[in-house]
Amino acid sequence: MSNCAEVVIIGGGIIGCATAYYLAKKGTSVIVLEGSDHIGNGGSSRNGGGVRQSGRDPRELPLVMYGINHYWPTLSEELEVDCEYHQDGNLRLGKTEKHLQILQGLTDRAVAVGLDVRMIDSDEVRAINPYLSEEVIGASWCPTDGHANPLTTTLGYYKMARRLGVHFITGEKVKELRKIKGKLRQVITENNVYEGETVVLAAGLDSRQIAATVGIDIPMQAAMLEALVTEAEPHMFDQMLGTAEADFYGHQTKHGSFVFGGSSGLEGFTKDNGTPVTNSLTAPCICRGIMKYFPILSDAKIVRTWAGWMDKVVDGVPVLGNVEEVPGLVLACGFTGHGFGIAPSAASQLAELIVDGTTHVDLTDLRYDRFKAKI
Amino acid sequence: MNQVNDRSRDIGAFVPAPDDDMIICRCEEITKGEIRKAVHDGMFTMTEIRRYLRTGMGLCQGQTCAKLVKGIVARELGISPAELEPATSRVPMRPIEMHIFANEAK
Repeated sequence: MSNCAEVVIIGGGIIGCATAYYLAKKGTSVIVLEGSDHIGNGGSSRNGGGVRQSGRDPRELPLVMYGINHYWPTLSEELEVDCEYHQDGNLRLGKTEKHLQILQGLTDRAVAVGLDVRMIDSDEVRAINPYLSEEVIGASWCPTDGHANPLTTTLGYYKMARRLGVHFITGEKVKELRKIKGKLRQVITENNVYEGETVVLAAGLDSRQIAATVGIDIPMQAAMLEALVTEAEPHMFDQMLGTAEADFYGHQTKHGSFVFGGSSGLEGFTKDNGTPVTNSLTAPCICRGIMKYFPILSDAKIVRTWAGWMDKVVDGVPVLGNVEEVPGLVLACGFTGHGFGIAPSAASQLAELIVDGTTHVDLTDLRYDRFKAKI
Repeated sequence: MNQVNDRSRDIGAFVPAPDDDMIICRCEEITKGEIRKAVHDGMFTMTEIRRYLRTGMGLCQGQTCAKLVKGIVARELGISPAELEPATSRVPMRPIEMHIFANEAK
């Protein structure tokens, strides 16, 4: 098969797969290079499944709202896979007055940019979710938030893109980008050289090192999060949950299991930093966090735990779009741990940017040229 | 690890078989036919099959079906089962109640 295509995408996560899908739908030829052995092996398969608007930075809010209005409601039909999308709201829970102040601040910021989110008292919280403990004294409530299944959604995009003729190659780790006559043209891996008119860099954390080979430095670093899943339980609730204290987040899946994510506070200082493996202290810590909010789950059995990296950007929002210094390069990285819910709209907008040169949602605030020194 | 794997290579068309209804993963009730179809949808690794279908994600964590699934996937791809890396085993070894797991400090 040819090593040339109109677009070469580096990274086979949900961003790479979905961008490939929307490009292929527009008739563009695409090659996707994935460094690991598996499609969607980074944050795409390790996140908590949130499809959230609340709690987001105003700069990325229009993009995620566009996705929730235009893509998520029909995504299962489109991808011919059960994305398990639920739009039953997001509760961000508080147990102390200080928590409520944090939540009020987040709510005020979101309302200012037009999101339907409000503070609710303990009675209303329990009317929405009767399983919460008495410790919960209030919450912020965004009824249009939700959750979905990151595994089936990511692999669904892959399946459909592949069906449309996108050429996926896994185990193909990119070493270097190379310009020809001032324009990015070649993608060099350990084994091969690929060529494209446009190169999309969607390699999560590895994007920084790859971009550096054409002199671009994206200010992002690794941050680890861990997650766990319980055995299947009877159906209890459909909301997405978070907390003001950020001690855990999660939801109940269609399967019946509860997926909860969280941290121990030791991240970044563990002995095996460098590989996304679980720390023995973290899952018990997440369990203690959950039981404070849901005493009813204390007998639920944990069947599996895992860890994953976030590609955390200095200002907390992704880096999307063209780069003036390197014509032909399109960045799609730095989603900072909340890239799943925004993936369909981010990918569709990048496909529009590449093929049509314009986008429905203004991506100016998310461009690479936003990074400046403080003075 | 990290072997170049062309996902567009020709593995032939999916051909229905009389035993496609046979349940392979008992915890999650996944059939042989579903596993074979997933390979033709592009799921070429044990990890992808597991994430796509939930095989080996139930209470036994694949301790019963992993070997069977591997054989089916390998046959569909026309390779030896030895070429397929198993999906990652994950903590805990056995399902454990949250209030016991949470009590690790004692």
